[in-house]
Amino acid sequence: MRHGKYPFIIGFLVVPVALYAVFVVWAYIQAFYLSVYEWSGLGPVENFVGLGNFRKMWDDTTFWQSIKHNVFLLVFLPIITVVLALIFAFLLNVGGGHKGGVIRGVWGSKVYRIIFFFPQLLALAIVAVIFGRVFGPDKSGMINGLLPESWSPWLFLADERYAMGCILVVLVWQAVGFYVVLFSAGMGNIPTEVYEAAAIDGASRVTLFFKITIPLLWNTVQVAWVYLGIAAFDAFALVNIMTVDRGGPDGATSVLSLMIYRNAFEFSQAGYASALGVVLFFLTLTFAWVTLSATRRESVEA
Amino acid sequence: MTDIFTKPELDRRTLLRRAAAVGLLATPAVGMLSACVGSSDEDTPEQATGTKSADNPLGIDPKAGVEIVIFNGGLGTDYATKVDTPLFNKKWPEAKITYSQAEEISTVVQPRINAGSPPDMINNSGSKLMDFGAIVKAGQAAELTDLFAAPSLDIAGKTVADTLVPGAIEQGSYDGKPFAVNYSYTVFGLWYNAALFKKNNWTPPTTWAEFTALCDKMKAAGVVPFGYAGANASYYMVRAILTSAGKIGSEQVLKDIDNLKEGAWTNDAIKQAAQAWAGIGQKYINKTFLGLRHTEVQLQQNQDKVGFYPCGSWLENEQAKDTPKGFEYAIAAYPSVTAADKLPATAINAAAGEIYFAAAKGKNPQGGKEYLRTMLSKEAALEFTKLTKSLTVVAGASDGQTISPGLTSANDAVTKAGKDIFMGYLFDTWYKKLDDESRAAANDLMFKDYDAAKFCDRMEKASQAVAKDSSVTKFTRS
Repeated sequence: MRHGKYPFIIGFLVVPVALYAVFVVWAYIQAFYLSVYEWSGLGPVENFVGLGNFRKMWDDTTFWQSIKHNVFLLVFLPIITVVLALIFAFLLNVGGGHKGGVIRGVWGSKVYRIIFFFPQLLALAIVAVIFGRVFGPDKSGMINGLLPESWSPWLFLADERYAMGCILVVLVWQAVGFYVVLFSAGMGNIPTEVYEAAAIDGASRVTLFFKITIPLLWNTVQVAWVYLGIAAFDAFALVNIMTVDRGGPDGATSVLSLMIYRNAFEFSQAGYASALGVVLFFLTLTFAWVTLSATRRESVEA
Repeated sequence: MTDIFTKPELDRRTLLRRAAAVGLLATPAVGMLSACVGSSDEDTPEQATGTKSADNPLGIDPKAGVEIVIFNGGLGTDYATKVDTPLFNKKWPEAKITYSQAEEISTVVQPRINAGSPPDMINNSGSKLMDFGAIVKAGQAAELTDLFAAPSLDIAGKTVADTLVPGAIEQGSYDGKPFAVNYSYTVFGLWYNAALFKKNNWTPPTTWAEFTALCDKMKAAGVVPFGYAGANASYYMVRAILTSAGKIGSEQVLKDIDNLKEGAWTNDAIKQAAQAWAGIGQKYINKTFLGLRHTEVQLQQNQDKVGFYPCGSWLENEQAKDTPKGFEYAIAAYPSVTAADKLPATAINAAAGEIYFAAAKGKNPQGGKEYLRTMLSKEAALEFTKLTKSLTVVAGASDGQTISPGLTSANDAVTKAGKDIFMGYLFDTWYKKLDDESRAAANDLMFKDYDAAKFCDRMEKASQAVAKDSSVTKFTRS
């Protein structure tokens, strides 16, 4: 062992670990502690109720509605985003075929790459406000404004059938750019010889995509899946800012994170909110574990 | 950019595990809130007091500073900085007022209350206001009995309580004890453009038949007869429905709702009111309003695209910037639903609003109360009305003043109603969760299924759920 290795490592770790311990671990411990109390959020924590908050949750229809919406996002957000991002990344990097022995993307791919990343630069709150206008329910809304004058306007967020879909569209729109960049980076690591060899053997672009890009990119896709799944458990900012009656109409867009916020800061039910937080904690853990186990497969090392 | 994500040294499974950990960051917000869990009574700091005298009825320490926090919203903050504070300092030149304003009161003040060092006087208002019932229950608000018993600052021979409009103290009382000054006096009703009405020869209705007949005329003239914003202002509609219910069956109907009495929401008066309003929703509202925000619908009214808008008297001031020349705000009482209504057509719902309270565990609670006494002087009240175009709970403070058409109209409505003014209901501030349910239910009633029975049953169920929930602090009124 080299002299001074540990002090060196500890020197690097002490600040982040301390921050993590105080602002994440300690906060978690408190959330677990509070979840077994009935506490308004003000004054001393006294009224121990055991699993009472969880029993209440079981009977809470809004809770089940929120879970349903989170699951909806959990299923569709990763699938749509990953598929779109893979297609775009493939087009940007390999889609142009090879000319003069060099694999390249479609024409103008350098510009597209930058444009795709733009949504990532906007704060989520701004995105929510902008899309609130895009989905405006009358002629002043962007999409409705483009529809012919004689059509009756689409209600979008004001229609419980489409409201959650609108949220999904915005989440996908915002996320795609980042994953295009992530996948592009992954594709950049795939040796061009592999593509060239396949191309010489007469592989079409579709074959290249499924037989070479996807297997060699599998680990990156897996990372993306977990990230996006976790994003699907959040969606707080969009729902809070964009939707009718926050989480409406009539609970049609309520999600767990919004429920936690409203219970803690508006309904004076911080104990119940903590219990919801604990549930969200286990849901996220379970999701990550399931995803990692389910997608485990021998990765092909290039 | 290529190698940021694919450093060969970084084990990818470790990365995934870390990614999972990052996601968990989303949860602990509530834990943060409780960062100061455990601060209790023992932490109360030493509080400033002085000797009580005729000149100093609340016994404040003339040299102790007073810290105030004012909500910066529709009313602005000028009334505090330019009127109340100078007035306070005129009497107590040595007491330094520390002023700050906030747009999100709970974000700024709640952590300080939990940490045991609250400001002395707090304006608990706006969409991020703190649950005042919970504050009272936690012993964080100073009882104001001595303030209301103290002599008025500038109305000779009267106590502060004597100078206020009826119901003003009740509004801020919890289980019979006053804890808040609800300072502004809001008149609720149907707002319209008097100029537009004059041009079309329309008159505000007093019966429901007149109301629907007028709505038909408006519709024919290309004006949406009635509207409210479903996206964030459905509680205006809740108030409209419940005001009609109150007029049908008297204020007792609303008291039963506040007291979470069984069957309060399935009362006939509520059913009739919901039925009548559902009819308006079915025929006269614009369906897109469900997705709009209050300012958007209010703007449409300013453009004479909407006839009636249910709102409180803050509306005129809120829209001051967007109101075109020639637009004259006026208020009409809600028309009678049936011929057998217990209250006359002129009856209105007017309530004190905007909570101001002194923190019980601050450094100078008596100073905070003295600041409230200053605000309740006639001089401060008149200036407040001039600055904000809002009436105050100080009775008659702005009589004989012409300030704006809407305010004059509201004042007239109060005069016409005479003794038939009722305070309305408090369940929306007492039980936020029930308030939430009522908003969703009102939107359903007006935009979706027009089903009065469903509205009543749903609210009854929610109300009984609150009644049975031991974690919710209960209040009663009589």
